Amino acid sequence: MVQNAGKRFGKTEALSGVSFEVNHGELFGLAGPDGAGKTTLFRILTTLVLPDTGSATVLGLDAVRDMWKIRSRVGYMPGKFSLYGDLTVKENLSFFASVFGTTIEKGYDLIAPIYSQIEPFAERRADALSGGMKQKLALSCALVHRPDILFLDEPTTGVDAVSRREFWDQLRVLRDSGLTILVSTPYMDEAMRCDRVALMQAGRILEIDIPTEIGSRYPLPLFAITGAERYRLLLELRKASHAHSVFPFGAELHYTDDRAGFDPEVIAGELREYLDYKGFANVQVKSIQAGIEDSFMELMPPPLQKAS
Amino acid sequence: MKLRILKVLLRKEYLQIYRDKLMLRQMLMMPFIQLLLLSSAATFEVKTAHLYLVDRDHSESSRGLTDRLQASGRFHVSGASGSNNLADVSLLNRSAGVILVIPHDFERNLVRTRSADIQLIFNAEDGALAGVTSSYAQQIIAAYARELTVSIKPVIAPAPQIEVRARGWYNPELSYKDYMIPGILVQLLTLVGTLLTAMNIVREKELGTLDQLNVTPIPRSAFIAAKLIPLWTIALAELAVGLMVARWLFGVPMRGSLVLVFFAASIYLVVALGIGLLISTAVETQQQAMFVSFFVILIYLLMSGLFTPIRSMPNWAQWLAEVNPVKHFIEIMRAVLLKGAGIADVARSLGILALSGVLVLTLAVRQYAKTST
Repeated sequence: MVQNAGKRFGKTEALSGVSFEVNHGELFGLAGPDGAGKTTLFRILTTLVLPDTGSATVLGLDAVRDMWKIRSRVGYMPGKFSLYGDLTVKENLSFFASVFGTTIEKGYDLIAPIYSQIEPFAERRADALSGGMKQKLALSCALVHRPDILFLDEPTTGVDAVSRREFWDQLRVLRDSGLTILVSTPYMDEAMRCDRVALMQAGRILEIDIPTEIGSRYPLPLFAITGAERYRLLLELRKASHAHSVFPFGAELHYTDDRAGFDPEVIAGELREYLDYKGFANVQVKSIQAGIEDSFMELMPPPLQKAS
Repeated sequence: MKLRILKVLLRKEYLQIYRDKLMLRQMLMMPFIQLLLLSSAATFEVKTAHLYLVDRDHSESSRGLTDRLQASGRFHVSGASGSNNLADVSLLNRSAGVILVIPHDFERNLVRTRSADIQLIFNAEDGALAGVTSSYAQQIIAAYARELTVSIKPVIAPAPQIEVRARGWYNPELSYKDYMIPGILVQLLTLVGTLLTAMNIVREKELGTLDQLNVTPIPRSAFIAAKLIPLWTIALAELAVGLMVARWLFGVPMRGSLVLVFFAASIYLVVALGIGLLISTAVETQQQAMFVSFFVILIYLLMSGLFTPIRSMPNWAQWLAEVNPVKHFIEIMRAVLLKGAGIADVARSLGILALSGVLVLTLAVRQYAKTST
């Protein structure tokens, strides 16, 4: 679907040779920190910008040559709310329906699970809606013409946790109805809910896999450590001679050792001894399998890793 | 297919304009307030000049002259004495703007030689004001002389003697309003056409809705047409309101064909809207759009002959004015409204407007195509 696509803005290389393919009917996630190039990639796929190098195909259509054919078959929801605030909910929806030559009624069954929740406010002006309702309206507008593929660029920024979970439930329902969905997100818990995830960083794709598998290729031994005095524990662990990285993870600390292929039990023993020597009591050290978040942290740019 | 999309877009544009009540009200009030302020406050007309009288003759004839001056309503005698010094003081402290000195042999000379001299001294700090007052005085004095069938030669100081023999055609009362109002209407259309167009398009950029629209099958041409047509109609409606105010509130004559006025306005608006579109392709925010528009409009207006005559500009500026669409439209408006000019009389200006319209719009559309895929 995307082959070696690249884009630069002046001296900044936003996207450097990205290639991947999305299957029909798949919920595909692009995960990565801000500035990874997710939005640029979306803008190429939705024909808003042209790639400088490489090519992109959407629904078998070339993103440059067949731009106009693509435009009538995709749904796009940009990260920033971009509907008309001075028009009502219903006016926005019916405007986007008629632009595609259809009506709300014809697309109603598809958008019903989402739109029915904001329908009571159909006569309200769009800028008077809450964040979650705006997002539902935006999704309805992107869906009302029954697109064959849906592009959602960081759809849940500025939305509360409950609405976020609901939103992802709705995406799963849409996926189950056969719609192909491409979604970008900076949140790992959301990436976990995709069928497949591409991890992006600094304009490159680092890994593509199903979310549970992404951690399995974690290159270094990883340990979960719990104990009192968490902050001092974190600082002391970072000072350990073979520490690669240490991050707080919920109630635990995740410690990565820089000795690849070393026996985890030996390292665990060393760590216990080291922490005991530093005066920590009741510290538990456990060798664990890496998850997607560990992979993601590992992929974060080095300056951020050292900063905290 | 395309027409259907255009209709959908137009509906949305008109709906948004209708929602913006503040803007609507302002657009309706603008012709009233601008015409009212600019035409009555910004005027070169001189109402009444204060005159200090030094009458050394005290004769029938000298009294007759001062009576005539006062009766005209242009002059008001604010002080009188036989002293030159006192007169000078009143000029200095601005209690008078003019000194009239009638020498003691005024009547005698009139009777004997049928000719006499008087002296008028003006405060010429404001050159334009002194010039206008001087020409009023000369007219009145000349009329009085004709009445007496004698000649009175006013010796004017410090200005040299000017013989005025003006006849105002098309605007016989030299009414400033009649001259200014057509120009002010042009300025109004320019503001609506250029500024609102630039702001309206840039607003969609700022909101991000432009991106959203670009991921739909809306053709560029339909988008641009849907942006320009509503503002084009609003500007024409604005002109209609402005003309009504001008006719009924200010009594501006409309000697020529109103159809021609609206025809010329329709062409001129293509230029104004095109410039707005061009500005919108070059900027990212409404603030920038506003700033750039004001800059462009100000230069256009200053170089248009609206406030200052083009003939008194340096040569290079006259050349610039020749390619300034605002200048041509003002000329057409003044010619048609005040002189009753027909289409043949303004054909050259119309041609230049049409040409600029095609040029600006083509450039703007091409530029727009370049900045968005």
